[in-house]
Amino acid sequence: MSLDEFFVTGDPLILASQIAIGLTMIGLIALVTYLKRWKWLWSEWFTTVDHKKIGIMYILAGVLMFFRGGVDGLMMKAQTSRPNLEFLDAQHYDEIFTTHGVIMILFMAMPMLIGIMNVVIPLQIGARDVAFPKLNALSFWLFFVAAMLFNVSFVIGGSPDAGWTSYFPLAGKEFTPGVGNNYYAIALQIAGIGTLATGINFIVTIVKMRAPGMTWMKMPMFTWTSLVTSIIIVAAFPIFTVALAYMTLDRLFGTHFFTVAAGGDPMLWLNLFWLWGHPEVYIVVLPAFGMFSEVIATFARKNLYGYKSMVFSVVGIAFLSMLVWVHHFYTMGNSASVNTVFSLTTMMIAIPTGVKIFNWLFTLRKGRIEFSNAMLWSLAFIPCFTIGGVTGVMLAMAAADYQYHNTMFLVAHFHYVLIPGVVFAVFAGLYYWWPKMFGFKLSEKIGKWHFWLFVIGFNLTFMPMFFVGLDGMSRRMYTYSEGLGWEGWLGFSAVGSIVMAAGFAALCYNIYWSFRYAPRDIGNDPWNARTLEWATATPAPHYNFAKIPEVTRLDPYWDMKKKGETGLKKSDLKPVHMPSNSWTPIFLGVAFGVVGFFLVFEWFTLAIISSIGIIIGLVANSFDYDEGYHIPVEELEEEERAWRGDLK
Amino acid sequence: MTTVKHGFPWNHLIGFVLSILLTLFAVFIAFETDFSKTVIMWVIGTLAIFQALIQLFMFMHITEGKEGMLNVINIIYSIFLALVIVFGSIWVLTSGHSAIH
Repeated sequence: MSLDEFFVTGDPLILASQIAIGLTMIGLIALVTYLKRWKWLWSEWFTTVDHKKIGIMYILAGVLMFFRGGVDGLMMKAQTSRPNLEFLDAQHYDEIFTTHGVIMILFMAMPMLIGIMNVVIPLQIGARDVAFPKLNALSFWLFFVAAMLFNVSFVIGGSPDAGWTSYFPLAGKEFTPGVGNNYYAIALQIAGIGTLATGINFIVTIVKMRAPGMTWMKMPMFTWTSLVTSIIIVAAFPIFTVALAYMTLDRLFGTHFFTVAAGGDPMLWLNLFWLWGHPEVYIVVLPAFGMFSEVIATFARKNLYGYKSMVFSVVGIAFLSMLVWVHHFYTMGNSASVNTVFSLTTMMIAIPTGVKIFNWLFTLRKGRIEFSNAMLWSLAFIPCFTIGGVTGVMLAMAAADYQYHNTMFLVAHFHYVLIPGVVFAVFAGLYYWWPKMFGFKLSEKIGKWHFWLFVIGFNLTFMPMFFVGLDGMSRRMYTYSEGLGWEGWLGFSAVGSIVMAAGFAALCYNIYWSFRYAPRDIGNDPWNARTLEWATATPAPHYNFAKIPEVTRLDPYWDMKKKGETGLKKSDLKPVHMPSNSWTPIFLGVAFGVVGFFLVFEWFTLAIISSIGIIIGLVANSFDYDEGYHIPVEELEEEERAWRGDLK
Repeated sequence: MTTVKHGFPWNHLIGFVLSILLTLFAVFIAFETDFSKTVIMWVIGTLAIFQALIQLFMFMHITEGKEGMLNVINIIYSIFLALVIVFGSIWVLTSGHSAIH
């Protein structure tokens, strides 16, 4: 392979990004060296097993990927803003919508939510860390390396271009011979291992490590939804693992699982993809529902309405989510009975979701609502998400779906589900739990700019897509002729996307501004909140709780505040056992990345040789007898006095 | 469920009797009836599943201990998933167009 096959050449946009990436990397390395921060970075972040720091790294990576995926989106909007534009060619457009989809779902939504889960869940259940802290670090590094591997595709070797669904036969070697789709198969496989480990980790954490007295029905709603999400992860991700393994075998080793040539079946890919892909929607949307529940209860100053029905509907969604996958390919020619059954199950899923919507509305009813930024996002979520839900029921009807299938109507629908359902939730969660992570609030004033620009921009961008979709525009069209009546809508939509991007810029500015100027003396409970994560210092100390709290009812911290039991007795302090940092997770992550890169290019000798790195990492990990360390009582006392004043 | 029950082991007795009955019934079906081979296989297969369940509950104490109920839910959910994935896929991929030719 010659060098100009290795690097993507011939496109000025990509050349510019290659130069920009190169300069940014050199700049970052120079900056860290200049500030003499390498050791700090290694010992405080790269090798950490602290769930809060891992969560912050997840969120940071998520914001970065949001930027990348957002730029992809803007480029698509620019290309379709006028008819017959030649800003992007067909190939480049294909690559961009593919990476936009993959990055937004797997490398933006997932890490953002898993990041917030990481920060919040152990604190919310009154634990000192997750069940397997080192595995947690490994999950992060596998995700991060996979995200980088996937992103490097657009400058080295070429991006995948068969859509985020990568349907066969298009995604097969015959029709997509380059390395692009190998990136898809390998990078998502590596990320999938990390996600699966996260799922297991959080199930064990929530089942085994809740504070004494926190029975199932006293668990906060975010903990419930995270538990159910973790269960769906463990149920659904292995299917994707198998499908990707088949894809890898097909592409790299010439098997025929999905190619018709030797008796394979491309429909099998669709079937397996959506057996994972539909539950994946609930994997990302359920934690978001949990976050809204926490935020709405806090800022309406009421306990969550219909807690039990909320729990049952979450569990019901987990059950139903495995039974609806065919609604993604009604038009593939299934029998009428298949389509009917899956129409019905799909519509049934609107029932538990509707229950949740009404529970939030009734929580708001007669509440003393405080319009903080976190609350604004939650309030905007309800109507926007309902539009997504209702159009979803329209799409659920198999007969009608023949009209909507693969049109912009569908694209508008799932953006109306995923942006309010996930992105709004992540924003609400960031504003709400930001103090818990960093010890200061994000500016409410700049936050209002962020909110209004983003929400208005979002509606301007995606509402017109419903109408061009009904007018017959199919998805993934890179250009169109004049006179179809689409120009107005699409021009409008392009302007909307710029407004939305301005909203994102406002968030970035808000983070910068608040980091420099926001007041630091906000106490441990800046929102007058209800759950345990606020019962300790803000930002949370590395040991989380000096004494594990005892829970007697739902919303335990609210209860403690009412009874005046938030204090800490000196006699209750005992040495705290903590896990030690470890270098194996990041080492294993990098080793997987190197092997993955060689596999993408089908350099098998190099891949086999470098897989020794993975073995070394696993062996080193098995012989690591580090039992962690203890924080002495004096240190706890000092840290607790720093924010509590005096101990009892 | 964590408390140890004393007294007559009714559970074990019922489980034992049921297991014997189910086995005898399977033997009867297999040797003494004129059903076709497929029917016999289905019937004794079903009986075997029932017997496995009885063993799990009556003798293997699946519901006992701290995580008893969780184990049961786990097993049921796993079975549900396996059935949905396997039979769902077969159904979806063999009906409709694929079934026509």
